[in-house]
Amino acid sequence: MKFINEYRDASVVKEYISELHRITTRPWTIMEVCGGQTHSLVKNGIIGLLPDNITMVHGPGCPVCVTPLHLIDKAVYLAMERNVILCSYGDMIRVPGSKNSLLEAKANGADVRILYSPLEAVTLAKQNPDKEVVFFAVGFETTAPANALSVLHAKREGIKNYSILTSHVLVPPAIEAIVNDQTNIVQGFLAAGHVCTIMGIGDYYPLVEKNKLPIVITGFEPVDLLQGITMLIKQLENGENKLENQYSRVVKPEGNPEAVKVIEQVFEITHRDWRGIGEIPYSGYEVRKELEAYNANVKFDIQLEKAEESPDCIAGEILRGIKKPNQCPQFGKRCTPLNPLGAPMVSSEGACAAYYHFSNVDVLV
Amino acid sequence: MDANIKMQLSCPMPKFDFDTINLGHGSGGVLTHKLLSSGVFDVLKNDQLNQKHDGAIFDLKGQLAFSTDSYVVNPIFFPGGDIGELAINGTVNDLAMCGAMAKYLSLAFIIEEGLRMETFWQILDSIKKCCDKAGVQVVTGDTKVVEKGKGDQIFINTSGIGLVHEHARIGLSSIQKGDVLIVSGNLAAHGIAIMSKREGLEFETDIVSDTTNLNFTVEKLLNKFGLDIHFLRDATRGGLASVLNEIAKDGSQGIDIRQIDIPMEEQVSGACEMLGLDPLYVANEGVFILVVKKEIAKEVLDFLKNDENGKMASIMGSITDQHIGQVILESSIGGKRVVNMLPGEQLPRIC
Repeated sequence: MKFINEYRDASVVKEYISELHRITTRPWTIMEVCGGQTHSLVKNGIIGLLPDNITMVHGPGCPVCVTPLHLIDKAVYLAMERNVILCSYGDMIRVPGSKNSLLEAKANGADVRILYSPLEAVTLAKQNPDKEVVFFAVGFETTAPANALSVLHAKREGIKNYSILTSHVLVPPAIEAIVNDQTNIVQGFLAAGHVCTIMGIGDYYPLVEKNKLPIVITGFEPVDLLQGITMLIKQLENGENKLENQYSRVVKPEGNPEAVKVIEQVFEITHRDWRGIGEIPYSGYEVRKELEAYNANVKFDIQLEKAEESPDCIAGEILRGIKKPNQCPQFGKRCTPLNPLGAPMVSSEGACAAYYHFSNVDVLV
Repeated sequence: MDANIKMQLSCPMPKFDFDTINLGHGSGGVLTHKLLSSGVFDVLKNDQLNQKHDGAIFDLKGQLAFSTDSYVVNPIFFPGGDIGELAINGTVNDLAMCGAMAKYLSLAFIIEEGLRMETFWQILDSIKKCCDKAGVQVVTGDTKVVEKGKGDQIFINTSGIGLVHEHARIGLSSIQKGDVLIVSGNLAAHGIAIMSKREGLEFETDIVSDTTNLNFTVEKLLNKFGLDIHFLRDATRGGLASVLNEIAKDGSQGIDIRQIDIPMEEQVSGACEMLGLDPLYVANEGVFILVVKKEIAKEVLDFLKNDENGKMASIMGSITDQHIGQVILESSIGGKRVVNMLPGEQLPRIC
């Protein structure tokens, strides 16, 4: 696999590991923002190779984990009670709502489909004109263009039985919220490469300047992550606060203007509830008013009772990097992927699930 | 049916009065009789089946193994095989993993009404070819038809009886500390071949299923290495990771494996990357895991590499008395992690 294997090269990894051991003189706590990065760190056993005085904490960049309970309840309700074909990305369907997950709804007869692309949902709507098709539009800036494009496609083709249930969240406001939290322990961030591929890097300069924290935009393969960590540690050791781009082979400073244009055509910025964290102002997308015929929230007027999270789940502290999954008293005991108390134990990008599936607990403690 | 994977029929389809299977074909009446006598019995004919008893009567001398499995794959035709082939190879291989050479099979169909007769015939034809290749006979069977919507085209169950090889002592209790783990071939081809043809997920690829019968390979291994082969298991549903976890947990052993020594076709690993799937959990239909005595591991490997079912075989790890119940993988970059069982079906990730 050209352009992947080079970034999994054991000898290059070894060089970065020895460099990190050489340059790290003090304890540092850094956060990888994206769940895909958490997954890669744990799956490749990178954490166990780092110097003891580098602590990696895992950020909120797991879209499935931060999708609020009431939206999952809405999706389940639509699938069960309103006879819709509810389409979703794969890892969303096992996440527990207050009563059911979409997977359980499917087992109870609801028409829930796992798709790789929202454009497939538009095709489904075309093929099933007598049914409503709803796509559960979850994700960060990364999935927003495809989800937005599905709305534009439906509009262009005059498809009226298609809508999206939006739970889009944005990375920069989340970093801001973590930094401003009184309990914050994070001293530097690895920002999510994929998000910047779409949005560019402009939004991150003010974050660095205002908060005096270094940020390195980083990719997802082992060499990417280790190079990103090395760049960040160098800045921390030198007392610098710069924005750097490790993932420059993919991330252009201006991002992908075409994709941004599509996002702006369909979405507007709104306040969003983050599961486990609470409301963050101006931290998400909602379908624009002029396209509200494609907004499932408007199309189906649903008033569900607001459900409470399990009091035993510390997802909020996990997602803000205050605690690690294995510091939760319920981890691996009452809370497992088969019987999750909260979303981070379900999604493969969730920090709790990553620890549960891949971690040699002795290495990580 | 995909025209590309339509097989050459070895025997022509007889003229039936119906183009599709209907409820009457499972009623036990005239239609059932016709389907069986001018269809199934004729294709699979052998001395046992020709008796037309309710069951098969036979003599077998020696220690016996008995196994059963049901096949519900979707799509029923996929690159490199079909549901009929899986149904024969699957049970033949389950017996082989017990150290037994399959002799007789039962074959039961649950058909959803509306299945095209031509499709059924294709499946039957491929069952016949697989039986001949594996040297087994179908000696009893059953056909049921369910209403439209109550099934998914066709489900098949096969059970099999096999004679255990005289030098076979295959079981979790035979595994010893220091034993070596060998994987017989490239991983994950079957699961990815199936996925490449699933509705809503079709993508262009040359990847074909690895479905095949492993009984002769195992027989030759046991002839040569006998008691030094401690454990065998085919890495079907749940993939390699599930087999290793079964050995670690049910056998109270620790397992160390090296990612770099797990063989995989470039195309398959690329597809797994694209689909967000971990190949360790993807199903195989012609790959098996061997746990063998350390001293003969290299010899077994050489032997396998000369067998048609073991060309890509690789020594991938060993049994340890450390971390009992856990499978630890050394990643290609030298990090270590646990390989766990999957808590459900593997789901593609968002991004």
